[in-house]
Amino acid sequence: MVSLLEFETTLRPLESELEEARRVGGNGHVDSAQERLTDQLRRIYSDLTPWQKVQVARHRERPYTLDYLQWGFTDFVELHGDRSFAEDRAIIGGPALLNGRSVMVIGHQKGRDTRENISRNFGMPHPEGYRKAERLMRQAEHFGMPVVTMVDTPGANAGLSDEERGQAEAIASSIATMLALRVPTVAVVIGEGGSGGALAIAVADRILMLEHAVFTVASPEAAASILWRDAGKASEAANNMRITAQDLKYFGLVDDIIPEPVGGAHRDHAAAASSVASAINSCLQGLSELPIDELLAARYAKYRNIAFFSE
Amino acid sequence: MPDNLWVRCPQCRELLYAKEQESTLRVCSKCKYHFPVSAHERIAMTVDEDSFREYGQGVRAADPLGFRSPSQNYSEKLTEYAQEAGTNEAFIYGTARIEGQDVVIGAVEFKFCGGSMGAAAGEKIARAMDLAVEKRYPLVIFAAGGGARMQEGVISLMQMAKTLAALDRLRDAGLPFFSVMVDPCLGGTTASYAMMGDVTIAEPGAYIGFAGKRVIEQTIRQKLPQNAARAEFLQEHGMVDLVVPRAELPATLGRLVRLFVSCNREERRPVGEPARV
Repeated sequence: MVSLLEFETTLRPLESELEEARRVGGNGHVDSAQERLTDQLRRIYSDLTPWQKVQVARHRERPYTLDYLQWGFTDFVELHGDRSFAEDRAIIGGPALLNGRSVMVIGHQKGRDTRENISRNFGMPHPEGYRKAERLMRQAEHFGMPVVTMVDTPGANAGLSDEERGQAEAIASSIATMLALRVPTVAVVIGEGGSGGALAIAVADRILMLEHAVFTVASPEAAASILWRDAGKASEAANNMRITAQDLKYFGLVDDIIPEPVGGAHRDHAAAASSVASAINSCLQGLSELPIDELLAARYAKYRNIAFFSE
Repeated sequence: MPDNLWVRCPQCRELLYAKEQESTLRVCSKCKYHFPVSAHERIAMTVDEDSFREYGQGVRAADPLGFRSPSQNYSEKLTEYAQEAGTNEAFIYGTARIEGQDVVIGAVEFKFCGGSMGAAAGEKIARAMDLAVEKRYPLVIFAAGGGARMQEGVISLMQMAKTLAALDRLRDAGLPFFSVMVDPCLGGTTASYAMMGDVTIAEPGAYIGFAGKRVIEQTIRQKLPQNAARAEFLQEHGMVDLVVPRAELPATLGRLVRLFVSCNREERRPVGEPARV
């Protein structure tokens, strides 16, 4: 059983019923207990508030980039290092096969436990991570490989040494490079899309979002402290900033929503990865048919024409 | 002592004669602290007298998210910001001349919502870039602010992509972009167009970086040294080309424009137009 979030506590008695039915035996009992549990899960997950989605997106058992690589791709070879300073394990990348096609996969990577989280800096990249991402994007372009990115970070790391090594420049340069890549690009927001540190690898021809993922201009905590000098109002900020996949699809800022297994991607990594892989695949099929100059013109228009002002 | 006659320098505590502030370009005559100045003042201090023609004044922020909270109603706030700042948005731009040479020049107005890049500000920055391409003028931008405007959510975040998409066209056209970063210049501003100048210039003492001082102090759990992430620190770490005092900026920009425009390749010049020297 996965660990329950605070709004899932009504599942606990249903889980006990299911366990009891399994212990006593009798297929009929098990099936109906399972059904009641699934129904309740479906009810809860069909009506999550933005703040609840933040919690789902940050769930410690949620699939991360490496899980999608394991279940949705084959033959992944992880490449390391930015060739100028260090290896940053908060962003991983390398070529892999998706339905027989070579693609360059680049994604934020959180850790599953404390030890791994420390080595991956909780998925918060240093400048080296973005410079590695940019290096791999250029390599993909050189070999005509489409670029697939997976976005899942609380944000870029904010330390003084990051400033010394040019965090802002690294992010800006990654965005500029990605916008100009002469290969098709697809980004999938799989968990938390946190601010500029997420956008650095998200400016693709198609931006997809998992059903319960969130994408924020600043983390709800940071936004609340900027707006109201009170990080405790994070849920209020989350509920106001339109951060869900559904809201962003409504505004046309993401292209498609990938449905998650009932009760969230963390309840079934393999099923989530299979949906993600097939969504990416169908995007790439469409994008690959376009002449590259048309693709680049469309990409330019996609970002240049974001409006939402008055005149 | 009437308040408006004297100004106290926040850095060295010296009392400065207010009337002299204009002739010193609002720089402390004792410690060289650069006081904040408005976007219009900055442009006026930099370009040839009366040469600035403003464009795009009609572009204004909307309230796309319908941002509401008990303490803050964004659409009402916008009216307040405009009154405080004296501009319709957090960015102004237009054409001007520097030492007789045509440029497109823009500046972030910090008093408008902290100079943040909402959709209207982002649009105006992109239009400044478009205008430079159309006119084939070099581009100068005084960049400032923290980038993200919370009340416009991811729409605001996407202005980073919008401005960089527009900047790519300027680059393709072979035109130079001189980015002048002034205090404070952070977040979505530096992590998009500001750091992508062909030449990056910082005003002395300006706080420039990705994260704000308080955020870094929370991350590293210690106080930052006084000079950390200031213009001179950035130059020392290889992140900006030049640190230029306000008074020297027109001459520096004038020289850069001459250097970068005169080498502009022949095939990139529109037919029938002589090289600008």
